[in-house]
Amino acid sequence: MKVSEAMVRCLEEEEVTVLFGYPGAAICPFYEALALSPIRHILVRTEQNAGHAASGYARMSGKCGVCVATSGPGATNLISGIASAYMDSIPLVVITGQVDSHLLGRDVFQEVDTTGMVEPFIKHSYLLKNPADTCRVFKEAFYLAQSGRPGPVLIDVPVDVQQRETRFAYPERAAIRSYKPSSMGHIGQIRRAAEAIRHADRPLLVAGGGVFASGAGTVLKTFLEKTGMPAVHTMMGIGALPFEYPLRLGMIGVFGAEAANLALNRADLLVLAGTRVGDRSIPAPELLARDKKVIHIDIDPAEIGKNIPADIPVVGDLRLILEQLCGELEGPELNPLTDWKREALHYKKTVLLKLPSRDRPDPRAVLKALCSRMEPGGVLSADVGQNQIWAADSFEVPGGRFLTSGGMGTMGCAVPTALGARVACPDRQVVAVCGDGSFQMSMMELATMRQHNVAVKLVVFRNNRLGMVAEFQREHGKETAVCLDGSPDFVRLADAYGIPARRLSRPEEIPVALDAMFRTEGTFLLEVETDPEEPTLPPLSGAF
Amino acid sequence: MKHTLSILVENHAGVLSRVAGLFARRGFNIESLAVGTTADPAVSCITIVADDRENVMEQLGKQLNKLIDVIKLRDFAPEEVISRELALVKINASARTRGEISELAALAGGKICDITRNSVTVEFCDTTERVENFLTLCRPYGLKGVVRTGTIAMEKGSGQLSVEEESGNGKKSEKD
Ligand SMILES: Cc1ncc(C[n+]2csc(CCOP(=O)(O)OP(=O)(O)O)c2C)c(N)n1
Ligand SMILES: [Mg+2]
Repeated sequence: MKVSEAMVRCLEEEEVTVLFGYPGAAICPFYEALALSPIRHILVRTEQNAGHAASGYARMSGKCGVCVATSGPGATNLISGIASAYMDSIPLVVITGQVDSHLLGRDVFQEVDTTGMVEPFIKHSYLLKNPADTCRVFKEAFYLAQSGRPGPVLIDVPVDVQQRETRFAYPERAAIRSYKPSSMGHIGQIRRAAEAIRHADRPLLVAGGGVFASGAGTVLKTFLEKTGMPAVHTMMGIGALPFEYPLRLGMIGVFGAEAANLALNRADLLVLAGTRVGDRSIPAPELLARDKKVIHIDIDPAEIGKNIPADIPVVGDLRLILEQLCGELEGPELNPLTDWKREALHYKKTVLLKLPSRDRPDPRAVLKALCSRMEPGGVLSADVGQNQIWAADSFEVPGGRFLTSGGMGTMGCAVPTALGARVACPDRQVVAVCGDGSFQMSMMELATMRQHNVAVKLVVFRNNRLGMVAEFQREHGKETAVCLDGSPDFVRLADAYGIPARRLSRPEEIPVALDAMFRTEGTFLLEVETDPEEPTLPPLSGAF
Repeated sequence: MKHTLSILVENHAGVLSRVAGLFARRGFNIESLAVGTTADPAVSCITIVADDRENVMEQLGKQLNKLIDVIKLRDFAPEEVISRELALVKINASARTRGEISELAALAGGKICDITRNSVTVEFCDTTERVENFLTLCRPYGLKGVVRTGTIAMEKGSGQLSVEEESGNGKKSEKD
């Protein structure tokens, strides 16, 4: 069979049911073969969004996301999607067409060094030149993307190679001698970690995105119930802690909850669970770690000691390691942590100052009301900017998922991510929250939603500003280049796509507007007029 | 501190650029680099010498280990390895100085591999330090050209970095 047909067969072997892409001449043989397969193709409106949509799909399906683009401009358009997936450890297989293999390196029409350009932010890449390597390369790519620390893997296939003949024989397993990700934690380290937990007076668990990547949710609940330690999470870890856990103190970091940050500073033992301690979560890790013990659990040994010094590194799969730790903590009663628990609960009472009432709806109030109306298990895809922080700080949905571009902060990610998430789980409610800047980087995907019948609720906070940058500039000087004059009326824009929409302009309309949105079948756009002076963080009262 | 990295990699296209890229992203200059196949032609050994002024070598080593094509890596201190580099040195020579230069080369352990009316080319293989020393001695005659291979290194004693070696839990890194 042709390599193009073999590529499609490989995807079928991997049980791929949907892919996100955009064709062009260099990938046409593959597309021709794809048309004969039951695999669903979702035509996005720009390649970057194929990357984001595949990421949203991967995060909600627990499978590998797949996206496709043509050579040259198709591939260059994809790269923000790939880099975002890399930073957030999302498993993707990216397929790109390439110019004729005999012409490589001659700067022919639409040639770009695709494997070279993605190198710094890809887990691995292949330039498939030999037809006989097709099956092995696909097998390896899917294995690499999903095992160990997940990440994107790219396969670049010259157009002439796609048309050549090959024999199809899909290997049972990938054999890569240089790649053996660890799974179980080293038993000596587990014992040391358990010992440290037994002896700590103020232990604190910090949950990161690794909880989702390893499927550690259930065992994490057991671990917390067993140890009784308070718990906080990073932005990637929103929704990772058991919803009902009374000592769940919220998100840490620059834009985190006061209670969570206070507990972080007071703790004498940190149990870092699947988090790389990015600078937005812990801005001065060396300083913080000075008076604490740190247990760092991560599947990627290169993360250990990178951002924060670790006293007890445990390399491996978080779910397995937590199981091992629970086993190791059987036996003698654990420290009841009475005072520390009382202290943590006290922090939770931190109250926020009421903002002076404004003419425009308070975005946090909108988001709180939105979350309270969302179904359990609902998915909120947040963009980047003030809207992201408002959403992160307000998100409270039992069993819900919060998706955002945590590592890259890629504006325009929310709409395509939500699209991919909804394709992965058509039974769960999916909401995208954007700013007016980020929405204008992604609004072409309204067409994709229409074309492929993907129902997402869209909330656009219109402050007529690149709000987060404007706020930063106000603190450091004066606003420049952040005004979004000339933006369209989003309600009418939605109408042009045949999508129902309405505007929310006054605080008292919040319940009616949200009810209207959720009552309407299918996709709906809600434009929320927001005060341009609205701060990212509400001021604290300091009294608790 | 000076580090000598011995990196066993799959002998594939693109591997060297992946390895070098991890240095480049930090603006970290590689002092010397040499690549060649090992006893197993499917495996190449990259030897990199670098001065770790910013104390990032441990982190860099872990990131190198993450590259799928990297099979195994060792980070040696200078005293742990036997190291050599080869230099070809083309020296200005007249009928008057030719004898002196050839004597110098012989004393230093070099070998003359080409002679013309106005030049002598010496092949010199030794440690980086002794190569530098030889170049200093030759400089007064005038150097027409110098080409060096970069350092290659091998662990002292009977131990040897190999693909098969035990690697225990996880990947091919030396320490967790
Ligand atoms: C692709 C990209 N370009 C630029 C930025 C820098 N940036 C961060 S937040 C922000 C403003 C976002 O504006 P908007 O989407 O309107 O959100 P708001 O802050 O107003 O809620 C910008 C420009 C970015 N994160 N991503
Ligand atoms: Mg805005």
